[in-house]
Amino acid sequence: MHIYLPIAEVSVNAFVLLGLGGLVGVLSGMFGVGGGFLMTPLLFFIGIPPAVAVATEANQIVASSFSGVLAHFKRKTVDFKMGSILLIGGLIGAALGVWLFNYLKSMGQVDLLVKLCYVVFLGIIGSLMFVESLNAIRRSKKSTATASKRRDRTWIHALPFKMRFRTSGLYISIIPPIMVGLFVGVLAAIMGVGGGFVMVPAMIYILGMPTKVVIGTSLFQIIFVTGFTTLLHATTNYTVDMALAVLLLVGGVIGAQIGARIGVHLKAEQLRILLAIMVMGVCFKLALDLLLMPSELYSIGAAGGH
Amino acid sequence: MFLRAILLLLITALPLKAEEVVLGMSSDTISITTSFDGSELLVFGAVKREEPISSEDNLEVIIAVQGPKEPLTLRRKEKKFGIWINADAVEIDLAPSFYAISTSGPFNEILSEVEDLRHKVSIPRAIRSVGAPMTVTDSQSFTDALIRIRTNNELYQLNENAVSFDQQTLFRTSIALPSDLTEGDYKTRILLTRSGKVVSSFETELDVRKVGLEKFLFDLSRQQPLVYGILSLTIAILAGWGASAIFQVFRRQ
Repeated sequence: MHIYLPIAEVSVNAFVLLGLGGLVGVLSGMFGVGGGFLMTPLLFFIGIPPAVAVATEANQIVASSFSGVLAHFKRKTVDFKMGSILLIGGLIGAALGVWLFNYLKSMGQVDLLVKLCYVVFLGIIGSLMFVESLNAIRRSKKSTATASKRRDRTWIHALPFKMRFRTSGLYISIIPPIMVGLFVGVLAAIMGVGGGFVMVPAMIYILGMPTKVVIGTSLFQIIFVTGFTTLLHATTNYTVDMALAVLLLVGGVIGAQIGARIGVHLKAEQLRILLAIMVMGVCFKLALDLLLMPSELYSIGAAGGH
Repeated sequence: MFLRAILLLLITALPLKAEEVVLGMSSDTISITTSFDGSELLVFGAVKREEPISSEDNLEVIIAVQGPKEPLTLRRKEKKFGIWINADAVEIDLAPSFYAISTSGPFNEILSEVEDLRHKVSIPRAIRSVGAPMTVTDSQSFTDALIRIRTNNELYQLNENAVSFDQQTLFRTSIALPSDLTEGDYKTRILLTRSGKVVSSFETELDVRKVGLEKFLFDLSRQQPLVYGILSLTIAILAGWGASAIFQVFRRQ
């Protein structure tokens, strides 16, 4: 059953979209990742224009993060104060990102920017995940527990504008969280991702936040940043496709619930390797598109750019 | 009575054309609905004459359907720093979003170069490109690329011998409209030619419109982008919330 997408102005098979939403949903449910970093490139592959894919995916992430954050509200694992500081950075970053996006769009280079960002980030994340899960498997065989060291005082603690974050039990400068938020905001606007894959490690390793509040706090920030990004793309580029978002959502929500149940029963480390291989596969395909000579050198764009 | 007299005067005052087109189309509007997956347009008609068929040369028919014209930018990729990136760009002044020509014979034989120039019938003539920047020396290859890409997507079609023309009077053809059609007024021209010259022409419009939900969403996104953005966020949040609520109900059972 084909469906004509009103904003993307292409006709695609509705079941392909539902299936994609479901597949990425299963993966995100299994691994607890947002899935934006897989969904957006997959949308490129089925022929959705990159600008529409990025803006629409931002919209979809709002939905998938919202149900997630509700659960964390109930468990009180959201650091609102830290979340708000991250959010300030995030909103500035998103505005910067959309500005950069629109500027490069007028230059005809936005596809390149989006794809390059994906190759770089998917490459880094994929290989890190691959190495980490290999180590985890090796460790579980040896079963030697390594005690994690509490980080000592670093340059982070020397910065001014300190603030107390009770829920996280921290007393640090607000500059690092704002910078982290800003960086994630730029990524959200350019790549159509929530940015959890960058923010979560940054919160643990740079800010030193306790693991139990990290997910809830990052989801809290992601909802507002991606929501803001959606509005910016909708008002400046008109690239948010509601019909596409709803189809992906339906598939995604169902998939996430199924994935969460599968995840409980399976071994995490081996699955993580599978995810790592998949991420690297998508990265490889995108990199090939940039490196190999394309079959059609010319492309048609809207007028107005110089 | 007076009015009728004027009308009569007007009619008789018009120069009598030897051969004229009477046209019919399977539909004069194409509706782009949610399930739109391309369409078939049937164009048919007859040649009306006051005199017997002239014996000199065969009459031929050209049917051209042209979508709304828009300015475009064409970009060419080049290898820089090891990757393929967009380098040169050429602006095309006006190019139709869709253009299909169907003829009753080989295009070059039934329409002369001069007449093509005058009536702008062939695909290259329908595209208006003015200047390329100084850095681009081969601007023609950009126009060629536009035609090549759109021909591959069936947006530009040259269907020679696709019009069946019976007894030099009745003609009929069907034109395939692809699924990625843009909306607007599609100019439909019927040209009758003899020995490469246009002897009669007829023009009408085909209305291609998004309808229903498609139209509502598209218009809202352009006219009230903020409302559209907030609406899509609200739908997203409700859907995310609703789905997790439903699954919680299931889990409790």
